Amino acid sequence: MSTTLTPEETRSDVTPVERTSGGTTYSPRFDIWEDNDETILYGDLPGVTPEDLEVRFENPVLTIHGKVSSRHNDIKLLHGEYGIGDFHRTFTIGEAIDTERISAELKNGVVTVHLPKSEKVKPRRIEVTCC
Amino acid sequence: MLTTRWQPLGTAWPETKRLQKEMEQWLRRVGMNDPRRSAQSVYPPLNLWEDDNNLYVEAELPELELTDLEIFVDGDNQLSIKGERKQPERENGTWHRQERSHGKFSRLGELPQYVDSEKVTAELKHGVLTITLPKRKESKARRVEVKAN
Repeated sequence: MSTTLTPEETRSDVTPVERTSGGTTYSPRFDIWEDNDETILYGDLPGVTPEDLEVRFENPVLTIHGKVSSRHNDIKLLHGEYGIGDFHRTFTIGEAIDTERISAELKNGVVTVHLPKSEKVKPRRIEVTCC
Repeated sequence: MLTTRWQPLGTAWPETKRLQKEMEQWLRRVGMNDPRRSAQSVYPPLNLWEDDNNLYVEAELPELELTDLEIFVDGDNQLSIKGERKQPERENGTWHRQERSHGKFSRLGELPQYVDSEKVTAELKHGVLTITLPKRKESKARRVEVKAN
């Protein structure tokens, strides 16, 4: 059985999603893995510290928001190939997830979000009894 | 006689959508619509800035450790960054989405100024690599030998 897990935005590529007075917000890249026990989201959030990462679940939407403080204030930029700004992405999650046990960790700019499957949707081996 | 007939939304929509799609495709081809996407062909994208004493090169390299990287400065003005980002190995499951890029990468570029390659330092913090390259003293960089007869 597969878990309903759909990114909210239709353009899923890394795209600046919003330009506000505070700067540009980027949609971070994610990989999604699913096995029998859980679905795992791996997201690239370079420059985000654990204090500045918010992972919030409001049924059925998982929101990941990473604040990135400007690293280039008062500097003379000679050559720029990428922009810096906050990261924001949302995923809609099916009811098959045990939302109480969702967990997240951040290491080297990569967030890993574990979405454990609720017991009732886990594949089960059915004992076959005889006669 | 000229009459304007409003198209019912259902008819007008596919055309608008098609145009939008074409526009996006073109923008993608010329690499204009997004600084991140345009830089995808060269990985990692770099930012370069300076102050009075140093040049700084920054790259976003999530997941990597400094030991995964080889950083060289050659001839005091050629910077090379090499590394590999490995995909986490997983078994008995399925990848539903793979947007992050993995594999070997290398970038080589000429710095706008000569630097003291002996004193170059690199730091990798929260997936952001910052290379600090102390500028060579102007007198040293511009020294011209003049032979007198």
